[in-house]
Amino acid sequence: MTEPAITPELVQKHNLTPEEYAHAKKILGREPSYTELGIFSVMWSEHCSYKNTRPLLKTFPTKSPKILVGAGEENAGIIDIGDGLAIAFKIESHNHPSAVEPFQGAATGVGGIVRDIFTMGARPVCAINSLRFGPITGNGAAANNRRLFSGVVNGIAHYGNCFGIPTIAGEVYFDKSYEGNPLVNAFCLGVLRHEQIARGAAKGIGNPVFYVGPATGRDGLAGAAFASQDLTEESAEQQRGAVQVGDPFMEKLVCEACLELLATGAVAGIQDMGAAGLTCSTCETAARAGTGIEIELNKVPQRVPNMSSYEIMLSESQERMLIIVHKGREEEVKRIFDKWDLPWAEVGFVTDTGRMVVKHRGKVVADIPAKKIADESPIYQRESAEPEYLKEVRAFRLDGISDTTHPAEDLKKLLAWPSIASKNWVYRQYDHMVRDGSVVCPGSDAAVIRIKADSLPDAPNEKLPEKLIAMTVDCNGTYVYLDPYEGGKAAVTEACRNLACSGAVPLGVTDNLNFGSPMKPELFWQLKESVRGLAEACRAFNAPVTGGNCSLYNQSPAGPIDPTPTVAVVGLIDKPEHVTTQWFKDEGDAIILLGEIADKKDPLLGLGGSAYLQVIQDKKTGTPPPCDLETARTLHTTLLGLIQSGLIKSAHDCSEGGLAVCLAESCISQLVGRETPRLIGAQIDLAPFTDIRLDALLFGETQSRIVVTCAPLDAAKVVERAKLLGVPAVQIGKVGADKLVVKTPATEFSAPLAELHDPWWNAIARAMA
Amino acid sequence: MNFAVLQFPASNCDQDCVHAVRVTGHSASLLWHKETSLGNADAVVIPGGFSYGDYLRTGAIARFSPIMQAVQKFADEGGLVLGVCNGFQILCEAGMLPGALIRNRDLQFHCEQIFLKTGNFETPFTSKIPRDKIMKIPIAHGEGCYFADEATLAKLKANNQILWQYCDATGNLTDTANPNGSLMNIAGICNERRNVAGLMPHPDRASEEILGSADGRLIFESVIDALQSKTIKKAA
Amino acid sequence: MKAKIIVTPKKAVVDPQGKTVQTALEQMGYRGIKAVHVGKYLEIELDGDKETARQQLNEAAHKFLSNPVIEDYKLEIE
Repeated sequence: MTEPAITPELVQKHNLTPEEYAHAKKILGREPSYTELGIFSVMWSEHCSYKNTRPLLKTFPTKSPKILVGAGEENAGIIDIGDGLAIAFKIESHNHPSAVEPFQGAATGVGGIVRDIFTMGARPVCAINSLRFGPITGNGAAANNRRLFSGVVNGIAHYGNCFGIPTIAGEVYFDKSYEGNPLVNAFCLGVLRHEQIARGAAKGIGNPVFYVGPATGRDGLAGAAFASQDLTEESAEQQRGAVQVGDPFMEKLVCEACLELLATGAVAGIQDMGAAGLTCSTCETAARAGTGIEIELNKVPQRVPNMSSYEIMLSESQERMLIIVHKGREEEVKRIFDKWDLPWAEVGFVTDTGRMVVKHRGKVVADIPAKKIADESPIYQRESAEPEYLKEVRAFRLDGISDTTHPAEDLKKLLAWPSIASKNWVYRQYDHMVRDGSVVCPGSDAAVIRIKADSLPDAPNEKLPEKLIAMTVDCNGTYVYLDPYEGGKAAVTEACRNLACSGAVPLGVTDNLNFGSPMKPELFWQLKESVRGLAEACRAFNAPVTGGNCSLYNQSPAGPIDPTPTVAVVGLIDKPEHVTTQWFKDEGDAIILLGEIADKKDPLLGLGGSAYLQVIQDKKTGTPPPCDLETARTLHTTLLGLIQSGLIKSAHDCSEGGLAVCLAESCISQLVGRETPRLIGAQIDLAPFTDIRLDALLFGETQSRIVVTCAPLDAAKVVERAKLLGVPAVQIGKVGADKLVVKTPATEFSAPLAELHDPWWNAIARAMA
Repeated sequence: MNFAVLQFPASNCDQDCVHAVRVTGHSASLLWHKETSLGNADAVVIPGGFSYGDYLRTGAIARFSPIMQAVQKFADEGGLVLGVCNGFQILCEAGMLPGALIRNRDLQFHCEQIFLKTGNFETPFTSKIPRDKIMKIPIAHGEGCYFADEATLAKLKANNQILWQYCDATGNLTDTANPNGSLMNIAGICNERRNVAGLMPHPDRASEEILGSADGRLIFESVIDALQSKTIKKAA
Repeated sequence: MKAKIIVTPKKAVVDPQGKTVQTALEQMGYRGIKAVHVGKYLEIELDGDKETARQQLNEAAHKFLSNPVIEDYKLEIE
């Protein structure tokens, strides 16, 4: 088989600029072979090298005394949680493949992130995800959006359920900007002891290199390069044959076998074969160790005959791992992988040349300095320019729209809006209880799991100190579109607020930056500004970024997606009695609002970019309410103190839909069992807030507001304590009866709970019927 | 008492079953599917999960694992065997329980808390369940719809082999309460001899209040009670 | 030689997959569809003589490849 000659067209097809190609030649000291061209193309794609975003990512805070493995070091970051235990977690996107084949795209997205966790030596114990699609109600394009939504949810369920980890939290948004460009961001978290941390470094000259997992085929050929291109009809068609197919059963076996192998101490280095498969794993492990690696492609198990060197190196067949084994310990690999009936092959060894050498059919097909290709990938400082559309956004006058005249009706419409409505249609398809660790299941502000002995890689027979981990994933893409800096701050702030509501202190953040093309100055500006907001907020909450993912070029001929920097934040809850959920608990409990009812500067600010404006006024505009990090931090700390004092019975934050939706959800979101919700009403008195327009009062989305309940006798204490710590607090009502009754300065409205619950609970199921 | 919890490739709920047994104060250990002996196990639990990826049919491949021969012999001699979810599917495929589990009628995977009404309190799996108790136990399955032909269903009913049925919070056997379309709302059954039982819901996930319900523990406690009285009988 | 086995759900067993596919076909405008049953198709490549193969595969199909409680099967060897 002769490899094609390198021509400028071929270089361009590989998404390398003439300058990048020249640099590759300089590194090699000659023209590259076809296989080497493929290798450079994937290693220097946006997905693998972050060439357009690295300067921005460097602005994230990434250090804290609790960080054991930091951002950029390995496949996932690791944070200490005390008592010699640690958690590894990360979020990753699989957007483009999900647009082409939603089921497998989403499934393999889950597979990829799970591998990133167990390759660090951690046992994966839970997953969460953030999904975005075009609107699912109506006809026309909505039918395709429903198909993508259904396929993605099915794919995630299929993979996560079969692999055996609970998918315990998530968010789903529907907006026109995601039509044709769905977002699928998958997160996984694992547990390990400090001494069980495994590294992806090819250490030890002469050590054998093993390939474990199923045979290599033509799956996902050059998927990393595909992820770095615009999604057009043509690129989708080319890639249809290349979509990877996941096998969660295989992954479960590979995971157990790897964890078992790691426990023997026979492993010198381990890395999963994810994006750019064999290429990335061999290259990065050699680069990290400063060693070289030599592999023989004849030894690589192949599913189809006559695969070329190029195809074998670039294939993204799933569920494969690269393991560098201490010389002399090869038998353990064979024994363990035979036990689990898994294919394995010794494919190479570690050298001291610092070069990645690939041989096939007796010839050297690639010979590249490993460190140089990994470390000398191009970096670009892209041009940025404030987008034109912001002029209109900033000019929009919130006092120019008419106030709400039917608040009860508007509330019901908001509750039925798929982005706000209950996501039970989604999470009922996810096994969210496997592993006996789900303390707070989907349906509250944050999910909470407990760590026990079998959460560890070796599942020892001992009792572990109790650990409770809370997690959530958030981003309001509309806010980021309308004000990237405030929206970026808001994403992290909202996630931390959700954690505070569950009783948790944030430990760390993993980010998934989903944006359009960095080559467009207005879109790069969105990226730059939202990263600025994200970084500032992470610093404010002492929640360093431990790693993450960038997904650029999310645009179709119809235009780019709303800039969507999704953030997943993980926190620690001190004691089981601190675990707090969002629904009202008992008749007679006092309902207290913590935080300023509306922005002091202008009460109407809360309507900017709000769900109310979009759903009721059909306008997606207006600068979103500002996010003051100091205020937020004080609020969260205060709430945590109150929770830890045992005073708080429920806590729910105000976000989309404002105070009214927050109160309604607190009344209707508790589920006892199948078809058995526990509805409990409230009498709310907002009459004292006389200088705020009704729509802003009920549906404004002013930041940093949390609704809590406590026993009636504790109300005064809660209000006083909050005020003492600098948080505005006022009792706004009482829990009880079967209606939500809201008194306002001008009017009073009420709604029977069933009339609030039904549209909220069933909206998505009805759209999908 | 010592429970053997079988472990097939991709039995994901094996540790959950071990945990649930340990919560009762008794011991449990995992038994790899390639083993041929049950050792000194007093009872066998076949856990939930996706053994062999549910390929071909759920439970179809696991039932031929070497350990299943020992389980069959153990059951033939009167030993207690409890199959949970995938375990129930494996027992049906193995012919140790009648009927089969097919895809949920709405074609969706269902993970939710459901309510169970107990049909026969005089078995080693139900003796400790209070007479008027509606148990709240989670399900998590895509293929939990119980099917058997008319004759088999009639026999199960006549013989009091229907141990648990899906009901609503107040104990009514309604169609709405049925999450998967199972005939007669059947959630779990036992064999004629009453020493082998299977159910789709997960008592292993309802073993502690912190998880949302401790009702599942009643099933494990029934088994333990049966074992302990047998031991007392033996000793006497 | 190649053996082809078609496994179908028994008539008495409810087939929600089949029903769903039928509804979708009707919604797409296909007329006159009376029923749809969704089953499985297996292709097995093997050596040896046809008679032994038929005997072996019938046993395998009955014992393992299909579940006689809920499925029927048809075996063809070419």
